[in-house]
Amino acid sequence: MLRNDPSPSTPRSTKPMDRVLFGDNQFFGVNHMSEEKARAQSMRFQDLQAIIDVLDAAYQEGIRTFMCTSHDRVAQICDHFRANPQKYPDYQFFPCMPYAHKYANAVTEHGMIEALRMFLPQDGAVAAMLKGGMALANKDIAAIMQLLIDAEMKMFHGLSTPVVFMQNVITDLLLGLRMDECFRIFHDHVRARYGAEPGYITMNVPRLLDVLDRLGIDNPIVCANFNKIGFRMCGGIEAYEAAVAQRKFRPVAMSILASGAISPREAIEYVCSKPQIESLVFGASSRANIRQTKALIDELSARA
Amino acid sequence: MVGLGKMGLSHLAILRAHPAIDLVAGCDSTAYLTDILQKHAGLRCYADLDRMLGAEQLDALVVATPSKLHASMVQRALDDGLHVFCEKPFVLDVADGERLAALAREKARVTQVGYHYRFVGAFREAARVVASGALGTIHHVRAEAFGPVVLRRKGGTWRSTKSEGGGALYDYACHAIDLVNFVVGVPTEVGGVVRASVFSRDVDDEVYATLRFEGGASGQLSVNWSDESFRKMSTRISVWGTNGRITADRQECQLYLRERHDALPGIDKGWTVRYTTDLSEPVWFYLRGEEYSAQIDYFANSVNTGRLDGENSFESALATDRVVAMLLGEAPVHPPAVTSAPPRKSLWSRLAG
Repeated sequence: MLRNDPSPSTPRSTKPMDRVLFGDNQFFGVNHMSEEKARAQSMRFQDLQAIIDVLDAAYQEGIRTFMCTSHDRVAQICDHFRANPQKYPDYQFFPCMPYAHKYANAVTEHGMIEALRMFLPQDGAVAAMLKGGMALANKDIAAIMQLLIDAEMKMFHGLSTPVVFMQNVITDLLLGLRMDECFRIFHDHVRARYGAEPGYITMNVPRLLDVLDRLGIDNPIVCANFNKIGFRMCGGIEAYEAAVAQRKFRPVAMSILASGAISPREAIEYVCSKPQIESLVFGASSRANIRQTKALIDELSARA
Repeated sequence: MVGLGKMGLSHLAILRAHPAIDLVAGCDSTAYLTDILQKHAGLRCYADLDRMLGAEQLDALVVATPSKLHASMVQRALDDGLHVFCEKPFVLDVADGERLAALAREKARVTQVGYHYRFVGAFREAARVVASGALGTIHHVRAEAFGPVVLRRKGGTWRSTKSEGGGALYDYACHAIDLVNFVVGVPTEVGGVVRASVFSRDVDDEVYATLRFEGGASGQLSVNWSDESFRKMSTRISVWGTNGRITADRQECQLYLRERHDALPGIDKGWTVRYTTDLSEPVWFYLRGEEYSAQIDYFANSVNTGRLDGENSFESALATDRVVAMLLGEAPVHPPAVTSAPPRKSLWSRLAG
């Protein structure tokens, strides 16, 4: 099993991803449908044990991959899994970095450079340069990005992290800014240092694929909304369907239920009708919901 | 565009992704930022607005600098005959705003201010329902904005500096006020204004006020950007009328009708809830929310079609600035509640002396 022990010699994962991945939005008050529901969830999951209980329920239903942001509280979840390897022998994390509000709030409060400094190792060379206002004078964007990735990966130390995702806010910001080489930097660093496969979460699949193609990033893992009503599938549902059918990438479907706007069976039927979609990520808070969704995915995947 | 801070970078990404916009150059006085954008994003950059305007052939300028710079930069752009998109708040001084709105009108330039909530599906739906008359006579509106911006004494960006247009009034409250203007109309009077600091030294962190409207309706404004219980900015508007009420936030729109109304065919009495999945119009590029892309697309369309009286024009944003001026006239900022208040006694010890 792959463990997140930074070393360039770790073999890279070429294994397929699990069919079903467990998401983390419900744990951190993210709900695209209702702020009230989001608040109720963040109250419920204030207690770490409540989160672990749900992850355990998912695990018992056969879901052994947790796709999660590098939210501060994920560090505690990681501690639990590190402390109980015998209980979860095959468990793996797909970190998604960064938890963007952490950065956004820091930038609002402290300004861009000061915020950057807060997230970099305090004793590092770059931090030292930043202190003197010199850091970015060299414009060594690769070094800074690598340090930021390492900082986010710290909480996953010792755990299996075969795929590491760039969060959509960052992917799409870089995409719009045309800072294409950042995708290459991320790709190379995730592979070299973590022996993991890089993935990109985006709301703009066709546009991102064009850029990754140009960079020569072959068969990338791309996680995006795939749902029957085309919710937040920028470029249009037809363009997404064409991309899935014709282009070489490893799609991971999220927001399958479009925050509840589609009935589960209909929603999962749609995604399972695209055999190229490798994995489906969903989040749920109750055992019954997890079981029902997992069973539907198993049933409809087998049929497809 | 000029101003490449947090909001500026978000605009820059959206502008560069727009198929009909050729983002020619960027301008910011922060050299490390422009150096990086030049080197890694291939963007031609300037440190000085005058130099950029002198060197480039432009049709329009996007202004996303700190608020106190808006007036002079918008003036400069209009003098050059450019269409202007300006981040909110429009300007800090109503007199500047009136002059600039008049100048834009005289030069027949497209103007738009970044009140992006007017492009959020749920708020548009609220405005549509209120305008339809289905709620009957409107008698009250409540606008709220809460979020985690200033959570401690420390912190030193322009947002915490009074003279630069910092404070919750110019940041959060402007959005809430503009939403009131959008959904129910512009208040004519304000009263009972509270502008208080929770943590900030120099600016307000919370703003509360009563609003009065022509026709007698009242309103409440409640804004607090020092509330950590919110993950990010959360804005909500509720409107009460004689035939029901509506509450909208970014995600959903909850309508309660006492009786069916001809103006809303197909909507039954009782609750009707519509969600963002249903209310959002697709955009060509998504970053953080459809509304940010939609407003830029709207601006580009206005420029292409010569639409001068579109959503969020300078005139419209000036109405928000006028309400801000009324709130400023009403009350100075109270000092920080956290340090100035004596240690609170419990109810029991107060009763017992």
